[in-house]
Amino acid sequence: MILLSALMTPQTAATAAFVMVIGLTIVGALIAVGARNIFHNVLGLCVSLFGVAGIFLFLNSPFVALMEILIYVGAICIAICFAIMLSEPLYLPRPPRNKAKVWGASLGAGAIFVFLGLLLKKTQWTPAAQRSTDWSITTIGHYLLTNYALIFELVSLLLLVAMLGAIVTARGGRGKP
Amino acid sequence: MLLFNQLQTFLYLALVLFVIGLYGVLARRSLIAILISVELILNAASINFMAFNRFLAPQPAVGQVITLFIMAVAAAEAAIALSIIVAVYRKLKSINVEQATELRG
Repeated sequence: MILLSALMTPQTAATAAFVMVIGLTIVGALIAVGARNIFHNVLGLCVSLFGVAGIFLFLNSPFVALMEILIYVGAICIAICFAIMLSEPLYLPRPPRNKAKVWGASLGAGAIFVFLGLLLKKTQWTPAAQRSTDWSITTIGHYLLTNYALIFELVSLLLLVAMLGAIVTARGGRGKP
Repeated sequence: MLLFNQLQTFLYLALVLFVIGLYGVLARRSLIAILISVELILNAASINFMAFNRFLAPQPAVGQVITLFIMAVAAAEAAIALSIIVAVYRKLKSINVEQATELRG
């Protein structure tokens, strides 16, 4: 017990939590892309988004982490579940994988992975000379209503238009089948 | 140097997430699966913004604001895409992208 508490300094505990969060993100993403059943894909996406929220916690932004869970897990995943229910039934047999397509996709994605990875390895990042230490939610609110007020209003307009467009597109006319 | 105090860790994580999403967009054939992969790509972009915001940016609130905007746009995009998927299913009785060939000459 004493040995364990000696091993578990705050740093190692935080690192362990961080590795766990990274694992959640990547394993969830792999399930979201790799599983054959579309419902498993959505569940994998949920797991991955929880992991991303944990990463945002490690990046000093609890508010954005909360919004991630609220918007992505709470709204988008549920909306995708509704779309699954309204479209193809799950019991239908799915066509077999197209080998050429899988290989082509892995090749293309792998090429981009190698390119961006080498780019990341080569780049030297320099932080800004003067960095403010103001991370608070109050400041985010001030920014939203002063510097970024126009974008804020545009986003609300965009959401309204998207909502109307979604209703019009999905309804497709009452009379026709 | 702790693992979560380095910019590189987050950038590599975002890269892995982006590549997984890209593979999904290219390889999957169900429209809903493609939408899920696009969400993964958007999340990779968000992680990049937040990482630069945490380690490099002069004003650490700005990156959070931009990530919030990304989320709002992603929500709008998901709503539109899902309604299009429902409409396509009603028209073609399938959400496989290889079946949607009405415009082929």
